[in-house]
Amino acid sequence: MSGDIVLEAKDLARYYPVYRGAFAKPVELKALDGASFTLERRKTLAVVGESGCGKSTLARLVTMIEPPTRGELKITGIEIAAGGAKAMRQLRSKVQIVFQNPYGSLNPRQRIGAALEEPLLVNTKLSASERRERARAMMASVGLRKEHYERYPHMFSGGQRQRIAIARALMLDPEILVLDEPVSALDVSIQAQVLNLLHDMQERMNLAYMFISHDLSVVRHIADEVMVMYLGRPVEHGPRDKIFANPQHPYTRALLSATPVADPTHKKERIVLKGELPSPISPPTGCPFHPRCPLAFERCSIEEPKLKPSRGVLVSCHAVEEGRTGGAAVDGAIVEGAASQ
Amino acid sequence: MSEAAAQTATADTRQTGRLALIAEFWAYFSENRGAVYGLCFFVFICLVAIFAGFIAPHGPYEQFRDALLKPPVFQDGGEWRFLLGTDAVGRDVLSRIIFGSRYSLFVGCVVVSVALVAGILVGLIAGFVGGWVDTLIMRVMDIILAFPSLLLALALVAILGPSLTNAMIAIAIVQQPHYVRLTRASVMGEKHRDYVTAAKVAGVRPLRLMFVTILPNCLAPLIVQAALSFSNAILDAAALGFLGMGAQPPIPEWGTMLAEAREFILRAWWVVTIPGVAILLTVLAINLMGDGLRDALDPKLKRS
Repeated sequence: MSGDIVLEAKDLARYYPVYRGAFAKPVELKALDGASFTLERRKTLAVVGESGCGKSTLARLVTMIEPPTRGELKITGIEIAAGGAKAMRQLRSKVQIVFQNPYGSLNPRQRIGAALEEPLLVNTKLSASERRERARAMMASVGLRKEHYERYPHMFSGGQRQRIAIARALMLDPEILVLDEPVSALDVSIQAQVLNLLHDMQERMNLAYMFISHDLSVVRHIADEVMVMYLGRPVEHGPRDKIFANPQHPYTRALLSATPVADPTHKKERIVLKGELPSPISPPTGCPFHPRCPLAFERCSIEEPKLKPSRGVLVSCHAVEEGRTGGAAVDGAIVEGAASQ
Repeated sequence: MSEAAAQTATADTRQTGRLALIAEFWAYFSENRGAVYGLCFFVFICLVAIFAGFIAPHGPYEQFRDALLKPPVFQDGGEWRFLLGTDAVGRDVLSRIIFGSRYSLFVGCVVVSVALVAGILVGLIAGFVGGWVDTLIMRVMDIILAFPSLLLALALVAILGPSLTNAMIAIAIVQQPHYVRLTRASVMGEKHRDYVTAAKVAGVRPLRLMFVTILPNCLAPLIVQAALSFSNAILDAAALGFLGMGAQPPIPEWGTMLAEAREFILRAWWVVTIPGVAILLTVLAINLMGDGLRDALDPKLKRS
């Protein structure tokens, strides 16, 4: 089983300096503050959370676009900080990314064929005809047709562009594909096609997916494991079924209660969070969620909770740890909502 | 994949490739009447310059001692031999104007290409590398821009020595900060786009990233700037020639012709006016064309 682990992240963190005026000392913005997880072959880890919770920063660290401020990242068992520039280049081809907006992720002046061949051109010594052949094979497997090879991106629809972006990411035969909200810019009908394509490609190429999303219905469909993030920290992490059937962290519950259910007779009991996402420049003391948490008590504002196992998943919440979870009514509403979907 | 095939089947009527882009560009360009006239006149000047040897009735240096300061044919005393009259040493003005167009176009082409290439290189480095390199380059460019351009060109020619080549070098140096700024601004806008990041993740190295991925997407404003500064280059070269710092007599450069004829301004208006009109029309045509180019290439002005 351990041979199937292709990526191991331990306590990853990324801080950005924020400059306020020429002479003030820069302040640290903790975009991501300690995330640990593993990715397995043929498995999908979904990372969910609201805007500004560090999802995209995590994607940038995993794809090595930016170095982490702290923590270690092992890809196929090799520590990325340890290897030199050459090792880094090799590892880089193992992790590829698909972006959210298919209108910005393709070079408008590059034909589709050239876009697909570029990764091979800069990383391998294949001849032009071999590259062409591979690009055509990949186009066929993502559902693009032969004549699309000579076209420019502006001639394609959003769904087709996303297919092209996926094809380009897969050209180097990667182990890990980071999907940064790959379907949230698409129509619902196209979303399903692209998700099915992603599923097929995962089976065919033994890929590990890190699927970043804020759309919980999509996550429920595609994920094996779910990691819920809040203000740069994972707050709940576990198998999909357990999290959807029995969310424990109060933030996860609130998120799940906000998912729309396609059932007019369903009575929804929304958990509405108070306040706004606090600024990551000056996060609240203790548990970062405590100012908005319905279950908060004294300990939450003093001590930062750690991820601890609880009923088969990892949860970082004092209330859950001490068994102070709120009334059964709240619990029941969410379980019912999840079941009727 | 059957649903994918069905989805792609609908998108097939559109034209492919460069031809469609050119057709679209022409559709926008031809909407602007002035731009089309400008283009026509510019093409005409180019043809005149290329075939000057066949068109011109006389040689540019050929003197007719029997016909000094002859007026143009439509004025009393004009001769059909000299359609636009002759100058003080009996050279045919029309022939000199025709041969002079070669110098003007040559100056425009050389200055614009030198300034464009240098400006793109420096601007790409400034925009792509950023940090103190960017600050240093941009401050130097600001200093160059702070001088009135003709004055700086004049000073440079005074140092290098007056000749057409040195005038071109000086004008190119004076013009190149505009290209640097434009390139830098577009590069900074493009370099954080997702397609650049995707190329980086795919392992594309910085040099290829700069020239193959980013640069083609920054070209539209540069083309416009090149077209507009072509006319500036011609104008500056003429000004330097007029001040005696550009092309040296007896070269039939339009600015130099103006300077030579200055003393006859009251006695023989045509010797001064005709080179001036030639400069005016050429510069106007190129400016009109450049405006049309800008409108056609600017995506913000497109309605679709």
